[in-house]
Amino acid sequence: MVVFEKPKALTDAVLSYCPGCTHGIVHRLVAEAIDELGIEGKTVGIAPVGCSVMAYNFFSCDMIEASHGRAPAVATGVKRALPDNIVFAYQGDGDLASIGLCETVSTAARGENITIIFINNAIYGMTGGQMAPTSLVGQVTQTSPYGRDPKTQGYPIRICELLATLDGPAYLERVTVNSVKNVKRAKKAIKKAFQNQIDGKGFSLVEVLSACPTNWGMTPQKALEWIDEAMIPQYPLGVYRDKEA
Amino acid sequence: MNEKVMMKGNEAIAEAAILAGCRHYFGYPITPQTEVAAYMAKKMPKIGGTFLQAESEIAAINMVYGVASTGKPAMTSSSSPGISLKCEGISYLAGADLPALIVNVQRGGPGLGGIQPSQSDYFLATRGPGHGDFHVFVFAPASVQEMADLTGRALHVAWKYRMPSMLLADGTMGQMMEPVVLPEAADAFGSDNPWAAVGTGMKRPHNVINSLYLAPEELERINFERFKRYELAEAEETLWEEYMMEDAEICVVSYGITARVSRNAIVEARSRGIKVGMIRPITLWPFPKAPLAAAAEKVKSFLCVELNMGQMIEDVELAIRCSRPVDLCCRVGGMIPAPDEVLAHIMKLAEGEKA
Repeated sequence: MVVFEKPKALTDAVLSYCPGCTHGIVHRLVAEAIDELGIEGKTVGIAPVGCSVMAYNFFSCDMIEASHGRAPAVATGVKRALPDNIVFAYQGDGDLASIGLCETVSTAARGENITIIFINNAIYGMTGGQMAPTSLVGQVTQTSPYGRDPKTQGYPIRICELLATLDGPAYLERVTVNSVKNVKRAKKAIKKAFQNQIDGKGFSLVEVLSACPTNWGMTPQKALEWIDEAMIPQYPLGVYRDKEA
Repeated sequence: MNEKVMMKGNEAIAEAAILAGCRHYFGYPITPQTEVAAYMAKKMPKIGGTFLQAESEIAAINMVYGVASTGKPAMTSSSSPGISLKCEGISYLAGADLPALIVNVQRGGPGLGGIQPSQSDYFLATRGPGHGDFHVFVFAPASVQEMADLTGRALHVAWKYRMPSMLLADGTMGQMMEPVVLPEAADAFGSDNPWAAVGTGMKRPHNVINSLYLAPEELERINFERFKRYELAEAEETLWEEYMMEDAEICVVSYGITARVSRNAIVEARSRGIKVGMIRPITLWPFPKAPLAAAAEKVKSFLCVELNMGQMIEDVELAIRCSRPVDLCCRVGGMIPAPDEVLAHIMKLAEGEKA
């Protein structure tokens, strides 16, 4: 008897993520939400540039690979062409909060009826661990070898708080996946972000604080703890916008 | 057949695109093409289409990429500095084998340049506008009528070959008014695009729109296949017009507004007994190499007339393998030569040939 099945919205491709990386958990949560809502056949996903660039191989729905940072613009085009379909973008912090920040803010301001899953692990993973717009003050990376210094490298960007200044978004929530309890909360938030789109509520974004043990230079266990110790104080979990509430 | 109407070139593009079946337009304001966006903003909401003023040129071309991924016709329009910004997106469209229409109503450059007419994006357009090995169709209209006709044609071939098309106009073509007979409404695109990302309907494996191939042998194979398609496009889709070439000893080569100016100069030169004609490329990619090579067998020299420091002239020299002298008559920065300036250049060449 199978007691723990793979979601149907995931393909059989082997994930390309490092051991201890939480992309795999979030992929699963997205796929579970798609399965439970019964929307795989009409869903179009947009993959970013970054560690999750190969997401187009991992989700069973139709997928589009966007250029770096432009997933919200591509998603806008798809949604305008196929208003009855479900469109989601899956993006990391370099993609969404740095090179693509203009697209992120503008798509949110338009209240585009799409779903964005935002992986914030405070680092550029794919290129080997450079400073991200969300890297913490003092965080050591390849391009902040002495720790992120606000005097020359500025401060981290809080995306949910930033987007919450806009009237456009329908739903903004920050979650994490570093414990069973938090994974369950994240699942609820991700499913709601898709349900909102089905209900025509508008722009929904879920920010997921994620672990990058490889580039943080930590064990997987320590990386999950670091989310509690260092990331959550900078990026408090919670709902930043919920138009129905 | 439709009635003759007076239209601005930019408006003719917009209406022709709608008549051709395009229902998705994304743009960003820039002179001298803004009338395209203004026309779309008025018309699209009334016919159930999309007009969206994007946050940037970059966003606009990526919205086009999104619509194109669903197999539906989409377009954007801009002018030179904005086209530079779109180049990344055009490269991705080419890499994912997606059709799209990009309108470039050129202005003077480089940099912010000016807002007066120019043809200085010839290299940008014809050498593959963006990183990587690729081509886009490039159409060079020389009248408001051609602004309309070539818009439909550009959309049609983009879908036929699954590659981006660029309508490379200049500020004069965009701004001037002329009588035009609009094409009949058509929808040449169909709805059955088996490659499109429209949802699997749980009836087929997922479609992936993508330009990333990490295995070099696979990326090489895809480039080879794409260039096979380009070969076919070169064989089938090259357009040009010959004017008074039957007995010509001097061949003017010009496109867009300068072809119009050159025509006046040729008429005047003929009245003075000079045997001069013109080959006017209508597609700049594919470039009409064959008619130029054939002309080189008969004429003594070529004269390129263009609004740049000499860009198409390189393609002319290549087409004729430098077998004849090729001269350049140009104005830049938004200046346009008067027919007399072109005439003087033709007369000088004619004198030289006598001497």
